Amino acid sequence: MVSVANDIAPLVPHLDHLMVGVTITLKAVFVITALGLVLGVMGAAARLSRFPVLQTSARIYAHIFRGLPEIVIVLASYFGASALITTLFPNSTFQLAPFWAGCIALALTFGAYATEILRAAYLAIPAGEVEAGKAFGMNRQTCFFRIIMPQSLRYALAGLSNLFLVFLKDTSLLSVIGVAELMRQTKIAINYTSLPFTFYLLAALCYLVLTGVTMLLLRTLEKHFTRGMDVSRGQHG
Amino acid sequence: MNDASPPLQSSVVMNRKGSVAAVSVLDLHKSYGSNQVLKGVSLVAQDHDVISIIGSSGSGKSTLLRCINLLEMPDQGEIRIKDELIAIKRTVNFAKPAKAKQIERLRTRLGMVFQNFNLWSHMTVLQNVIEAPIHVKKIPNSEAIEKAEALLHKVGIYDKRHEYPAFLSGGEKQRAAIARALAMEPQVMLFDEPTSSLDPERVGEVLKVIRTLAEEGRTMIMVTHEMHFAREVSSEIIYIHQGKIAEQGKPEQVLGDPQTEQCRNFLARHLRPRDTLKLEP
Repeated sequence: MVSVANDIAPLVPHLDHLMVGVTITLKAVFVITALGLVLGVMGAAARLSRFPVLQTSARIYAHIFRGLPEIVIVLASYFGASALITTLFPNSTFQLAPFWAGCIALALTFGAYATEILRAAYLAIPAGEVEAGKAFGMNRQTCFFRIIMPQSLRYALAGLSNLFLVFLKDTSLLSVIGVAELMRQTKIAINYTSLPFTFYLLAALCYLVLTGVTMLLLRTLEKHFTRGMDVSRGQHG
Repeated sequence: MNDASPPLQSSVVMNRKGSVAAVSVLDLHKSYGSNQVLKGVSLVAQDHDVISIIGSSGSGKSTLLRCINLLEMPDQGEIRIKDELIAIKRTVNFAKPAKAKQIERLRTRLGMVFQNFNLWSHMTVLQNVIEAPIHVKKIPNSEAIEKAEALLHKVGIYDKRHEYPAFLSGGEKQRAAIARALAMEPQVMLFDEPTSSLDPERVGEVLKVIRTLAEEGRTMIMVTHEMHFAREVSSEIIYIHQGKIAEQGKPEQVLGDPQTEQCRNFLARHLRPRDTLKLEP
């Protein structure tokens, strides 16, 4: 017992660092999801609009950001942003923090995937249900908030949940630009302790707990939004 | 319609007693591309009229009904709800309601029942019924629920009020849809083939509800294939053929003594033997 305690004692301060990493990872994934959803809604709206210019731009956006490896976008965003700022404003002292550069980069990718998910969800809404809304005198806003949005959510939720999980893990890419999230903290701990196996294992555990809890929460959400959907018969309305 | 076309005759249709018709439709035209679906149809529904529109599929009868609340935009012609003319803005390429507020307001006075029910699948039966009263007419929740429950009793699906539409039978869905339409206290009910997507054994329960409404003296316009039922409840039957009204009149007139060849053929195909037998004196 004593020897185990002696083994663990030097690790404790590094465990605190891992916890800091977990909070930064969580912060990053929430920022990415929030920004990504906004981009996704805008992208889907553009894709579905009747203006060809908007349709094409949204399509190009989705294509580029789904077609590039995330790490390329993260690096390009981090180094590109500072280069861009120096070029545009030579006297500026503003610096984009790695956290924000990385989050924006991943949010752009999240948004590109969300664009397609939300667009498909919108198209899956039975046209007759929207028509019924109109027929009972609903205006555009009421129709959107009472019928289109809740219906799209039920179709989009599975895809968006999946996206959230993927990006929860993709935050580890932010370690390459020095964001002190879980992966980076793990590497630092390994440098100090020379215990790679122990700390990678701990990091893996942390990710599993995070994704496990997320899945539970998302399942509850999904249950709420797919109420009334007869999954077994695959029909609705 | 462009500026060069002649102005439409515009008039408020009155009945003998001098009250304004609930719905009057004048010279409606509608095409989908080169396919002319309506070629000048006029129709007047006085208060308490029950008008059944019959005709083969593709004759334009559903389009006519859907034009009344502008779910389809007519290319030409005018529609009045009571004495109010629906304002339509037409350009070369498209037509749309000129005043969104007006059509939204008028639609609350027209209760629509669809062939495919179109219940909101993310809401329970009760939520479906109270949705428009609360969010369109801004009626207090408690009042809307009270009224909805009474209506669900009336159509006989009160015990299903907390079910989602996906778990109801076709007949129950359509009765829920009728309750949803009635909850808006419409002046006119529009039925678009209300029994056409039901299993045969479910048709009766829906027709029973519609019959009750007819007996209450509600104004109704109904597109239907149920000739037997149409003859019993209608005050007037309109037979549409290729986008035009071919026959129009009392049920015994149109169904019993059709004047046109097309209508006779149509009835021969659609009247079951017991219907024709009953028509004979």
